[in-house]
Amino acid sequence: MSTQAITGPDSEPLGAVKRRGLSSWQVWGTLMLAPYVVIFCAFVIYPVAYSFWLARDPHVYERLFEDPIFFRTLINTLVFLIVAINLKMVIALFLSGFFASKRAWVGLVAVVFILPWAVPSIPTILSIRFMLNPEWGVINTTIFQLTGDDGPNWLNDPTLAMGLAILTHIWKSLPFWTLILLSGRLTIPHDIYEAAAVDGAGKWQQFRFITWPSMQALYVTCTILSMIFTLGDFNSVYLLTGGGPADLTHVLATLGIRYLRLDQVDMAMASIIVALPLVLPLVFIMMRRLSK
Amino acid sequence: MNRRFLRDVATDAKLLLIAIPVLLWTLAPIYHLFLFAISPKEVAFSGALFPHRPTLKNFEVVFGQKHYFLIHFWEQLGNSLLISVGTAIITLLVATWAAFSISRLRAKGGRLVMNLALLTYFIPAAFLAVPMYRTMGTYGLLNTEWALILAMVTIAAPYAIWILKQASDRLPRELDEAAMIDGASPLQLFRLVYLPLMTPSLVAVGTYALLLAWNEYLYAFLLLSKDTAITLPVALGNFLSADDSPWELLMTAGLIYSLPPAAIYYTFKRYMSSGLTAGAVKG
Repeated sequence: MSTQAITGPDSEPLGAVKRRGLSSWQVWGTLMLAPYVVIFCAFVIYPVAYSFWLARDPHVYERLFEDPIFFRTLINTLVFLIVAINLKMVIALFLSGFFASKRAWVGLVAVVFILPWAVPSIPTILSIRFMLNPEWGVINTTIFQLTGDDGPNWLNDPTLAMGLAILTHIWKSLPFWTLILLSGRLTIPHDIYEAAAVDGAGKWQQFRFITWPSMQALYVTCTILSMIFTLGDFNSVYLLTGGGPADLTHVLATLGIRYLRLDQVDMAMASIIVALPLVLPLVFIMMRRLSK
Repeated sequence: MNRRFLRDVATDAKLLLIAIPVLLWTLAPIYHLFLFAISPKEVAFSGALFPHRPTLKNFEVVFGQKHYFLIHFWEQLGNSLLISVGTAIITLLVATWAAFSISRLRAKGGRLVMNLALLTYFIPAAFLAVPMYRTMGTYGLLNTEWALILAMVTIAAPYAIWILKQASDRLPRELDEAAMIDGASPLQLFRLVYLPLMTPSLVAVGTYALLLAWNEYLYAFLLLSKDTAITLPVALGNFLSADDSPWELLMTAGLIYSLPPAAIYYTFKRYMSSGLTAGAVKG
């Protein structure tokens, strides 16, 4: 109220103050921006420039493309992205409808549901890893008790191991995306659904003609953002399979670390640089969407 | 009345059909973790779904550092704490100054910095890890807390700045003008007007940075390797390379490590969900 009284009617003195005060405001503005700019230059610009320099030799890329593990990694990464993201987002969309229902006990389920996202990856992924242990894990002992047969050696089969890494990734990140989609769903006014129900629209029609149109944009944004995050998911693969068996379950996020551990820094950098054509369009789309 | 009751029960039943698989799926690995922590080794390995005689012995071994894998348990937990708190504080300082400067002082180049920060946010963290590792080596920071703190600040700051800038843009412009007319310096405006109004977002961002650093595995494992310098997740990861891993102790230490972030998350959930999920994706 009082601020409006001052700034509202007589803008002349304000302009004068602004001109006088401007220089000190600009000085402070620059000073307060500086710490982040320093961090950005020291820990983003310099490392990125340095990695391009380390991987400048074209022969590195020849060696990389000749490495069968690299080719396998590219396929794994694509499968991981396509399967994990679509499965995760569809389930998240479905579950956001579940969590939107106005029941007190559903709220309690939500409290538990968020746990995988709230706790650190390493203990839970190691827990999953031991559940899958062929001799001692709870899954195979249960299979043995029920059928008398030995269960599969889960993580020793590249296809099974990849599938399990995808499930682990979904287990970890599903709560986050469900929450985001839920917050989008809750902004849809409830009376639209009531009106539709009165007009005889079934659940599917309500979803098709009310929910989906209002959530489509959010869903697409989430899918793109999730692609970026999933590309960088190191833990789900590395802590579960370690890239094995026989380096057949690497994804781009773990391959660089593998080369690094083999002391092939140039290969590590090259494998990341090769991935840029995949990442940069996504980044570009996200920047456009966010600065809208 | 009766009909409505029946319909409610039918809805509840349908919802339960979803809730039960969701709960089983969510809780299985966590329950398994808990089960190992309260079971003696033989029982845990037998695949029993509940131990006949639950025990706290594993906790005693972990807290007493009575296994050679765990002789630095407290020190490593301390490293985790120091690094997360350090990351949270530095992220808050750097990001709040930057957001204030971009949003309120309209510093020259602020928009460019904001866009560069966002660009960093969209680079998958694992892709920056190898370059970061080399860079920390060049700076001579490997195996120090600073390596991980600075790496985590680099990763946390872009998102923090973005969230804070958005919250800051929502504060009325008249505040700055009134403060200017009253002769307040930018610093006074920052301290007396800006910070108090931004508290909820600051809590959200601080919690975000704290949990990010506490839960981090990849960067911690690359940048720290000395037994006394690593954080607890790296120590747990090192269990894996051993053939005779004491899994029940690994799970116990893991469970202990999971409790603080879960508690912090539930404590600040209110801020987190308003500040972070709303800002995470703009529809």
